[in-house]
Amino acid sequence: MDISKEKLEWLYTTMYRIRRFEETMLEQTFKGNAMGVTHPSDGQEAPPTGICAHLTDKDWIGSTHRGHGHCIAKGLETDKMMAEIMGRATGQCGGKGGSMHIADFSKGMLGANAVVGASIPLAVGAALTAKYKGIENESIGVSFFGDGASSQGVLHESMNLASVWKLPVVFACENNGYAEATPAWYAVSTDDIASRAEGYGMPGVVVDGMDVFAVYDAAGEAIARARAGEGPTFLELKTYRFHGHFHADTPLNYRTEEEEEYFRERDPLKSFEKRVTEQKLMTAKKLKGIRDAIEKEMVDAVEFALNSPMPDAEALYSDVYVSYSNPIPGLR
Amino acid sequence: MTIQQAISPLGPGYDGVPGEEKRFRDVFRDTLRAEMQRDPDVFLMGEDISGGFDKDTKEPLDAWGGPFAATKGLVQEFGPERIRDTPISEAGFVGAAIGAALTGLRPVVDLMYFDFVTVAYDQLLSNAAKSRYMFGGQTRVPLTLFARSGAGTGHAAQHSESFYSMLAHIPGLKVVVPSDPYSVKGLLAAAIRDDDPVFLVNDKKLINLTGFVPDEDYIIELGKGRYTRRGDDVTLVGMSYTSIACQQAAEILAADGIEAEVIDMMSLSPFDEDILLESVMKTNRVVIVDEDTPRASMASEFAAVIADKAFDYLDAPVKRVTAPHSPVPYNKGLETAFMPQPEDIVGTVRNMLARG
Repeated sequence: MDISKEKLEWLYTTMYRIRRFEETMLEQTFKGNAMGVTHPSDGQEAPPTGICAHLTDKDWIGSTHRGHGHCIAKGLETDKMMAEIMGRATGQCGGKGGSMHIADFSKGMLGANAVVGASIPLAVGAALTAKYKGIENESIGVSFFGDGASSQGVLHESMNLASVWKLPVVFACENNGYAEATPAWYAVSTDDIASRAEGYGMPGVVVDGMDVFAVYDAAGEAIARARAGEGPTFLELKTYRFHGHFHADTPLNYRTEEEEEYFRERDPLKSFEKRVTEQKLMTAKKLKGIRDAIEKEMVDAVEFALNSPMPDAEALYSDVYVSYSNPIPGLR
Repeated sequence: MTIQQAISPLGPGYDGVPGEEKRFRDVFRDTLRAEMQRDPDVFLMGEDISGGFDKDTKEPLDAWGGPFAATKGLVQEFGPERIRDTPISEAGFVGAAIGAALTGLRPVVDLMYFDFVTVAYDQLLSNAAKSRYMFGGQTRVPLTLFARSGAGTGHAAQHSESFYSMLAHIPGLKVVVPSDPYSVKGLLAAAIRDDDPVFLVNDKKLINLTGFVPDEDYIIELGKGRYTRRGDDVTLVGMSYTSIACQQAAEILAADGIEAEVIDMMSLSPFDEDILLESVMKTNRVVIVDEDTPRASMASEFAAVIADKAFDYLDAPVKRVTAPHSPVPYNKGLETAFMPQPEDIVGTVRNMLARG
């Protein structure tokens, strides 16, 4: 396998961090410590991990309401993420964004976005900046979105723009089979969303989104194309969310136990562990060491968040504008 | 009534300042050019802003030079990377402009007709206006958009809107409405240099007006209105083209010995509450003139602020002269009746004064 030892460890660390962050976040949500709705991405660890493994802080990603995995894979800190979900002043966005709006511009993370499809043109715009400045080789745009967003017009507009302007973009469609409760087989006009790429003059690749190595390889090619100035690529990553659409969803109301079991057997973490130990690329001890470190990180993240202050009342009015000499309070 | 001459910039500091009479459209283009020369991160996007490409050389033809030839000639100077023609794809290219603004550029977007705002509305509302706040102040969105509004040119229901209030309602977005060559120069420069998203709404009826423009580089502070006529009997509040209608009405009233004060708001969000209150507290009567439809409009907002903060100074109810609650009609007579005319303003003032 053509992948460095450090990169292998990073893949596992990142996937396990996403898994345990989502599980821990859900526990905290059910304890009432989250201040709002959360959308877990456990099961879908491979796409963000395999793609972001090729990116640096100078590359930009756009994300979705199910964005914790994208954040973690792009290098955001889990304590600040947990604090954001708990609405704290120390959160990634000062407690004003919440689970669906975590961003870190210093890490090239343009923000989770809760209007389905709305972040897609932002990644195209980031790629336009790179092209404008002549830095495509070191700064590209990756747009993460789901099968639900594949029906939004703005995706199609963004694909057309990226293609006609030959921008360094990777369209990463995480097809987890469901838009809320609506199955892709009902709402999407084609079996493979990637087949639509042809109509926009770009390669479209169907990838096993439960296998981080498959994602890593496909993303490597797409990102190399972008950095070489060859334009956009569309990746369709067939994946599955282990939980429901949001924390309180009951997915068995719209999908079967057999289906869930089928995908749980293809758990991307389990298959990673099996493969690297069988091929003697990593030891079971090494894997456990990574898991133990993450367990401690999660305990620390929860403790940090719970012990953090709430935002000041003035935060209600701050940062509406950069310059806003005369804020308008709510009328009383 | 037609007017060839727009409002002269009144007073403070502009008597004896070097400058000349210019057309609105020329000032608009010259200001865009100056801002692009000033800052290499400023670039322009929109449909047909140069217009057409040679099939063999792929060079831009500048066949259109933008809607109403607003950007004619700029592509020769700045090239197709900075005068970037787009597909007809408002949500896509406005979203891309926001992404570019979030990552270090200062895009200026020509949305052609103001009505097309709705095609890109989600991107404006959910991304341009909210990014700074919902991400806790991490970022800024130095984006400028402009588009042509207004009835009176036979463009009918889907090319004539003036729904400023749909933009001014959005926290995080700023809205400005120039009314003459002087104000478009200062407001467009201020918008492009501002670090927040700013929408400049340009009434089509202004495009060929001329007026005095100082030569010097200047900006008009966003959120400030101005007096374009001083008087003691009644305050007329205009915005965009209705500032000219107010000016015309004031001249008719002056012939009858009624001295109207005219305020040109120039900015709708934020807006100059102080100038409204100052004038109303002096004249004790106010008529607000708005080409937007009346429900939940800027006229209603100004009226509410005046009623809230200057109630005890009012000698008559606050009056609004607005378009009816209807789409813009095509027929010339109906279209003229749709728009607030100087005669409508004069009639409203006379009724108000007759009340005692």
